[in-house]
Amino acid sequence: MKRLINQVPSKTTNLFLGLLPFLLIVIVYVTASNTRLEQNPNDKLLPSFSKCVETMDKMIFEKSKRSGEYILLNDTLASLKRLAMGVAISAVFALTVGIAIGVIPYVTSTMSPLIWFISLIPTMAILPILFIVFGLGEVSKVVLIILGIAPIMTREIYQRVKEIPSEQIIKVQTLGASTWQIITRVITPQILPRLLDAIRITLGTAWIFLISAEAIAATEGLGYRIFLVRRYLAMDVILPYVLWITLLAFLIDFILRQFNQRLFPWFGKE
Amino acid sequence: MKLVEANNIRKEYGDSIVLERVNFSMDSGEFCTLVGPSGCGKTTFLRMLLGVETQTKGQLLFEGKEYPKEPSDERGIVFQRYSTLSHLNVINNVIIGLEFEKSKFFGKLFGKTKKEAYKKGLEILKAVGLEDAKDKYPHELSGGMKQRLSIAQSLVKEPKLLLLDEPFGALDPGISQDMHELLLDIHSKLNFGVVMVTHDISEAFKLGTRVLVFDKIKVDTEYPNRYGSTIINDIDSSKERKSEK
Repeated sequence: MKRLINQVPSKTTNLFLGLLPFLLIVIVYVTASNTRLEQNPNDKLLPSFSKCVETMDKMIFEKSKRSGEYILLNDTLASLKRLAMGVAISAVFALTVGIAIGVIPYVTSTMSPLIWFISLIPTMAILPILFIVFGLGEVSKVVLIILGIAPIMTREIYQRVKEIPSEQIIKVQTLGASTWQIITRVITPQILPRLLDAIRITLGTAWIFLISAEAIAATEGLGYRIFLVRRYLAMDVILPYVLWITLLAFLIDFILRQFNQRLFPWFGKE
Repeated sequence: MKLVEANNIRKEYGDSIVLERVNFSMDSGEFCTLVGPSGCGKTTFLRMLLGVETQTKGQLLFEGKEYPKEPSDERGIVFQRYSTLSHLNVINNVIIGLEFEKSKFFGKLFGKTKKEAYKKGLEILKAVGLEDAKDKYPHELSGGMKQRLSIAQSLVKEPKLLLLDEPFGALDPGISQDMHELLLDIHSKLNFGVVMVTHDISEAFKLGTRVLVFDKIKVDTEYPNRYGSTIINDIDSSKERKSEK
């Protein structure tokens, strides 16, 4: 008998084992849901799949009577727009500031403690300040995402810049490169794939801040919807929404990873 | 005028003395190899010649003037590793030195000037035997090919002094032989100075016109950093070099 650490499942077993926990969750859910619905057909806590599908069908394909919009589409677009703006602005900030801190010692001395300090502030604690300063509109939600992820991203980029071998930086100086040329032709192109990785890492955090902000003050958005229907215990909306958000998160991560492999074939290889 | 002149160089890190009383001078066309036990300061001396370390005391001159305090394109370097740019293919790795010089803002050439740079780059790739690999990325190259590329990158700048820091230390013996021939060939064609750190004595004698041995003269067993190394032997090896050929 081989050691446990040396026993590797075959491809099919691997797939089966991976799906098994999901299958178990579905079985447990369906059984529990059926039992509750038998006792009380109006139970809201564990709605049947058909009920979820029925509700979502309305939210996806029927225009809302109140606003005349497709609710899921409208919520998704509103949320993705906020997320994209927050992440894009953070990425540009992280790229410029992270590289500047990583390359120019005088900027390191000036900015490094500040970024470190900001990244320690619990971002949710300053949400009230944002609402006071920027109002309850779009800006405060985007700013919350930026404050939440830009410092982490910047520190990440700074670390990656530091990882570029000093031999390489010395070498390009002997090839006549100025500071500006080192930044634009040596550092930035090598940091871009790492920036995409940093975005992937911080996206989970970005979603948290997005949904939190929407839960507190919004009139549309995925987080807004979930917290709105919570009052009616509408699990038939909440559960599909959570699954939909998870799927979106997965898709964004997948696309970014593909980008990295296509655009930077040299990345991650020594 | 000497290419490099060092008078009574001393280098300390904190209270440990690495180099002391180092006197040295070399002309263009000389190929100096630095040998000695590990930790004897030969790499420190090379880094001074590169411009990334400064002496604690003494006088160091480059072409009769005060030594530059940072690396420049007058002095090329080939490290043991990490000298190539992983995001550029071979030809772009070579012409980047020309692009830095001719395009101050973009650091990139376009159109006609780019074609000229390519032409020059290809000539140099031919000289180092990499013309067939011109479209490959560094991660697709073997260790020896990476070092050839690193040499090509420096050659494009036509440096007055080429510094080599154990460039073949990580290569297989057979590959090192090929690299030796390449270096001798390049050195015979171009009239520049070469300083190379190596731990391989036979390599030092085969390549160098001068072999400089670094070691400590006095040793304090209680406190080994009390005395620094100096050049204890300066051997004219140009005769061995010719017979080797």
